[in-house]
Amino acid sequence: MSFVKGLKCRECGEAYELKPYHVCEYCFGPLEVEYDYDKISAAVDRKTIEARPPNLWRYRELLPVESEPRIGLYSGFTPLLKADRLAEVLGVSELYVKDDSVNHPTFSYKDRVVSVALTKAVEFGFETVACASTGNLANSVSAHAARAGLRCFIFIPDNLEQGKVVGSAIYNPVPVAISGNYDDVNRLCTEIADKYGWAFANINLRPFYTEGAKTYGFEVAEQLGWKLPQHIVVPTAGGTILPKVAKSFEELQRVGLVEQSGFKIYSAQAAGCAPVVNALHRGTDLIEPVKPHTIAKSIAIGNPADGYYVLGAVRDSGGWGESASDEEIVEAIKLLARTEGVFTEPAGGTTVAVTKKLIEQGRIPRDESIVISITGNGYKTLEAVRDSVPVTHDIAARLDEFDRLYERLEAGKTAGGDQASTIASPATGS
Amino acid sequence: MTLQRFYLTYSQEKIKEPIVYHVGHKFRVVTNIRGASISEHVGIMALELEGEQDEIDRAVRWIAEQGVTVEPIEKNVIE
Repeated sequence: MSFVKGLKCRECGEAYELKPYHVCEYCFGPLEVEYDYDKISAAVDRKTIEARPPNLWRYRELLPVESEPRIGLYSGFTPLLKADRLAEVLGVSELYVKDDSVNHPTFSYKDRVVSVALTKAVEFGFETVACASTGNLANSVSAHAARAGLRCFIFIPDNLEQGKVVGSAIYNPVPVAISGNYDDVNRLCTEIADKYGWAFANINLRPFYTEGAKTYGFEVAEQLGWKLPQHIVVPTAGGTILPKVAKSFEELQRVGLVEQSGFKIYSAQAAGCAPVVNALHRGTDLIEPVKPHTIAKSIAIGNPADGYYVLGAVRDSGGWGESASDEEIVEAIKLLARTEGVFTEPAGGTTVAVTKKLIEQGRIPRDESIVISITGNGYKTLEAVRDSVPVTHDIAARLDEFDRLYERLEAGKTAGGDQASTIASPATGS
Repeated sequence: MTLQRFYLTYSQEKIKEPIVYHVGHKFRVVTNIRGASISEHVGIMALELEGEQDEIDRAVRWIAEQGVTVEPIEKNVIE
């Protein structure tokens, strides 16, 4: 049974049938999936959802799929950690971390959006899928395509480090490295999408792809006991996830799965690539593109496709946005790791750093519920923190050597010093 | 003949320049503005170009040389 009415232009409202269209023919605005919410309200309740397998398809009535999904059966339903140790450091009473660093199979929230996009690709009859990506998206499209038995093309700039290509190439897509500057590569990818008629996850399947991001918000609400958080901080790159988390909360209220309650949503960007936060701070709707310069590569998108809708979602909710410097991002990655045992990539560090800033500014009250959105895994970006983790204490394989080290560590602890730096051996480097 | 859709971003100092007018005169392309917005900091425009692919490519290169950012209508698709 389908609960989808069709596609609709987000700008002029023109309606389209459910096909792999993504841009309005009239005003060039992006298209959005339209649902029959009355039908959905009648069809689902909390118990039905709770009885389903713990994957993103447990919310399938609110996703644009018609068939029985065979992709993404292990994606989603990632942990929502009650982060008491981090809460203590930040001086707040109720803090959670929604942890997509352990999303299956490629350790980022992209496994959600790609699951939905590739399910639609199969429904539409595509045999080849593709994407343009420097990291997480390519990893996810490659892995899901492999499992679904679809032919897959990955387009990347030719100056991408080899290490980043391996995480996709292992799944046996056709990796195509394109020479030219970033803008040229960007333009070519859309031309290929137009000419070859393949299913480009984030281009011609974008209306469906972005809907997958709602599952992040659905899970947060369900894991909080079918309640919305009062505050949620979300990173902004292309602008996919933040408006869709807001939409997910609105939909849950609309179909009666959660009580009506206010929530505020906040955008986190790296200071070296903050076009949306800049526009928020300036009070304008027009986003001025920037040339990214940050270690947070997975969110370094200078002219986000859905940036305008991030502004709308943040402002409608009464939220705000902030940016974090590369140094603040690294510190925040370390803070999350040492307090909660979660190792995130710089995008997650950005979100933690910005949450800290918003709390210090008084924009997020200390006594209300807060969710920090972690969307990717730190093991993919070791280079970002390699030079700032504690050095090793080097000893020979003799007990007396360890005894002496231990005495020094204990003395350092009594003196209140930092253990590693107090007795630091030379850094082992690499 | 090909139809292509672009998203142009004008910086503050380029906002007053009649770039689209010049494109229509310098190149054998049909220009069709489908949406535009302007603030004191930035101007944006959704522009359709119709013509031979080579001519569209030349027009796009020329627009970029004038200091206007030219992107596909989907903006940044490399994620």
